[in-house]
Amino acid sequence: MRKLYIASLLIGGMALGSTASQAEDKDWGAYKVGDKLSGYTYATKETRAIQDDDFENPAQIWVDQAEGNWSSVEGEAGKSCESCHNAASDSMKGVATRYPVLNKNKAAMVNVEQQINFCRTSQMKAKAWKWESAELLGMTAFVKLQSRGMPVNVKIDGPVTPYYEKGKAFYYERRGQLDMACKHCHEDNPGKYARANLLSQGQSNGFPTYRLKWQKIGSLHRRFRGCNKNIRAQPFAYGAPEYVNLELYLNSRGQGLPVETPSVRN
Amino acid sequence: MAKVKARVKSPKSVKKGEVFQVKTLISHKMESGRRKNKKTGENIPRMIINSFACNYNGKEVFASDWHPAVSANPYMAFHVRAVDSGTLDFMWKDDSGKEYKKSAKIAVT
Repeated sequence: MRKLYIASLLIGGMALGSTASQAEDKDWGAYKVGDKLSGYTYATKETRAIQDDDFENPAQIWVDQAEGNWSSVEGEAGKSCESCHNAASDSMKGVATRYPVLNKNKAAMVNVEQQINFCRTSQMKAKAWKWESAELLGMTAFVKLQSRGMPVNVKIDGPVTPYYEKGKAFYYERRGQLDMACKHCHEDNPGKYARANLLSQGQSNGFPTYRLKWQKIGSLHRRFRGCNKNIRAQPFAYGAPEYVNLELYLNSRGQGLPVETPSVRN
Repeated sequence: MAKVKARVKSPKSVKKGEVFQVKTLISHKMESGRRKNKKTGENIPRMIINSFACNYNGKEVFASDWHPAVSANPYMAFHVRAVDSGTLDFMWKDDSGKEYKKSAKIAVT
């Protein structure tokens, strides 16, 4: 009897081990481009089901709210997003695939969050939204949602090259007390566990994402800060140029993967 | 998020006698009461939705009590048998006594 019990335990253990390799063999459709695997493919079946159903996806609460904000007039200029951009479904289509872009006035890279706040302060004469506020996250997700399914396609040539190079250098640079670079987890060891956490390729195509651990929607820069803290490094501020450059590098690294915003991850 | 928002998804029309699914989602922080304020060390008071109910033409067809282990922004799906055309009224109640309501129309053919 006892032998039988041990045998069944062993079989159980083997089955558990093989699920990981089965997952890799699965046909991931658009979520796999060449050897690039979206974070979707590392999520559990249950988590993927939440993302697949737009109703069940809790991130849609923030997106719904942002949809209302799109046409609500704010600031001294008496404008809303809609005043200049009309329907988001047309004007914002494809935006998420090409950001971050170079802002000529600022001579720096700007991502979607920063562009939204730039619009608010310069065009609407309204107050900028705070980073990680429900409004900014929601609007970013709403804008990026309009490009859902379109492949990421950022420009890294011409005047953008130095920023791309900086982002790439950041990615391969060791930092923190653990002396680790991004690549040590996400390039060398995706699909393996670090303690209880399954490491993904660290693709950026699904952000802002609803993370079950956070119990709310969060930005890519929040994820960066979390990663930096995990390797005992001093995180940079939200929207810091270092992080925007890294965002550019990550997007080019995930070139071709579909925009998944708002994704759901554990 | 300060503003609580409820979402409900149910079919617009169903056949009589058919069992259909209703999905609900509400934004709520669901503060469990077990967390501490990092600076002061004091407990953050519990603030969760403690009950949810669905009335179908005034008759209760689904009800549940929720406890602190329920996640933030709780999702609840359940099945109802179609009887008559009318409304489905949903009600969430949280610890402050606040009630959040939402209703959906349903046509039974």
